Amino acid sequence: MTSSNDGQGDGTTRRKVLECMTWAGTGLLWTVSGGVPRSLGLVDQAMAAEAPGLTFMQISDSHMGFDKPANPNTKGTLEEAIGRIKALPAQPSFMIHTGDITHLSKVAEFDDAEKIISQSKLDVHYVPGEHDIIDEEAKLYRERYGRGSKGDGWYSFDAGGVHFVGLVNVKNLKAGGMGSLGEDQLKWLADDLKGKTASTPVVLFAHIPLWVVYETWGWGTEDGARALEMLKGFGSVTVLNGHIHQVMQKVEGNVAFHTARSTAFPQPAPGSAPSPGPMKVADDKLRSLLGIRNVTFKRGDQRLAVIDTPLQG
Amino acid sequence: MRIELMAFVTGAALACVIAPSVAQNNVVPVTIDNFVFEPGRLTVKAGTTVTWTNRDDIPHTVAAKERLFKSKVMDTDESYSFTFSTPGEYTYFCSLHPHMTGTIVVEGTAGSGASQ
Repeated sequence: MTSSNDGQGDGTTRRKVLECMTWAGTGLLWTVSGGVPRSLGLVDQAMAAEAPGLTFMQISDSHMGFDKPANPNTKGTLEEAIGRIKALPAQPSFMIHTGDITHLSKVAEFDDAEKIISQSKLDVHYVPGEHDIIDEEAKLYRERYGRGSKGDGWYSFDAGGVHFVGLVNVKNLKAGGMGSLGEDQLKWLADDLKGKTASTPVVLFAHIPLWVVYETWGWGTEDGARALEMLKGFGSVTVLNGHIHQVMQKVEGNVAFHTARSTAFPQPAPGSAPSPGPMKVADDKLRSLLGIRNVTFKRGDQRLAVIDTPLQG
Repeated sequence: MRIELMAFVTGAALACVIAPSVAQNNVVPVTIDNFVFEPGRLTVKAGTTVTWTNRDDIPHTVAAKERLFKSKVMDTDESYSFTFSTPGEYTYFCSLHPHMTGTIVVEGTAGSGASQ
């Protein structure tokens, strides 16, 4: 962001920029009611200075323990992500982590994640990724994060007038298939939503995208549409996912879908590479492809303001 | 029944045709590269051990669709082996990335035929 050619002092220029960015974040982006809203980078400071309503963070795909060329220092980049959050002038209310906390579900990996993420001093609501439940019976994940959850780890809670639902779509996957919620969870979801008024904003979060991003790579949830069907009557529905290590967004009727960047390594755009494996980029490019997400809910706005910020760039 | 019939057909009728491509050794490799099992379809004799090796930067598993076998997670360059003693066709997948699938066709050995 360059703003030095208007000939004014730094202070004025900066304020103008912030005004512009704040407006961009809460106005321009979210007056879009169809099509694909653009996500903005570089606006974390502008956003948080305003703090209009409920604000929470999303981080995803930390992959503690991954040490391959795509990023040999995943602890370092997670620390940077948490550092960005701590540096916000106004702290968010809480954080959600959309899974793949670890790479191989090892004790030391969970420990490392906890050590770093807890520095944010925020409550964190987790859902598991397929990398977090590799051990027998997903014991480690359940011990650490499953308290108070149902079934394989799903749950809901309310904050700031918004109903949040954490879903698990990485268990009992079938040959040739994609992510799966399963009958038990869908039944629970139907019960959970019962009695909620249509004006209650709902945020669904899960690891694998609930909509089909790219079937060839398994980037979707087989029975995701059944969950979304239950939300048809609601005026504002936001779906937050991880798994694909890149920002992707779309709006369909009352539902806005967003996938988040990873804090560990990027993955290729659908179909742009032979496989969805980690993408090795030049060292000085890596941090522009990793990042965090700040979400603000302002009463009266149909859409939540979702702002993705790369670690650098 | 279906499995036995398949084994009989491949073992008896096609033996001479596919013999050159059927692995003769008792250990046959399958590699995982770019989220793909290679070869995706492999024919072996009963008693053959198949060894899968993960060449990706991402962990994978090998799990039989009918639950006959399931590996622990294989990190980069780790392997898993399973010995197929009964003729039949076995579909398997990666339980972490279920769009990855493969098939092992096990033929009866000479003399044992499809009745094994």
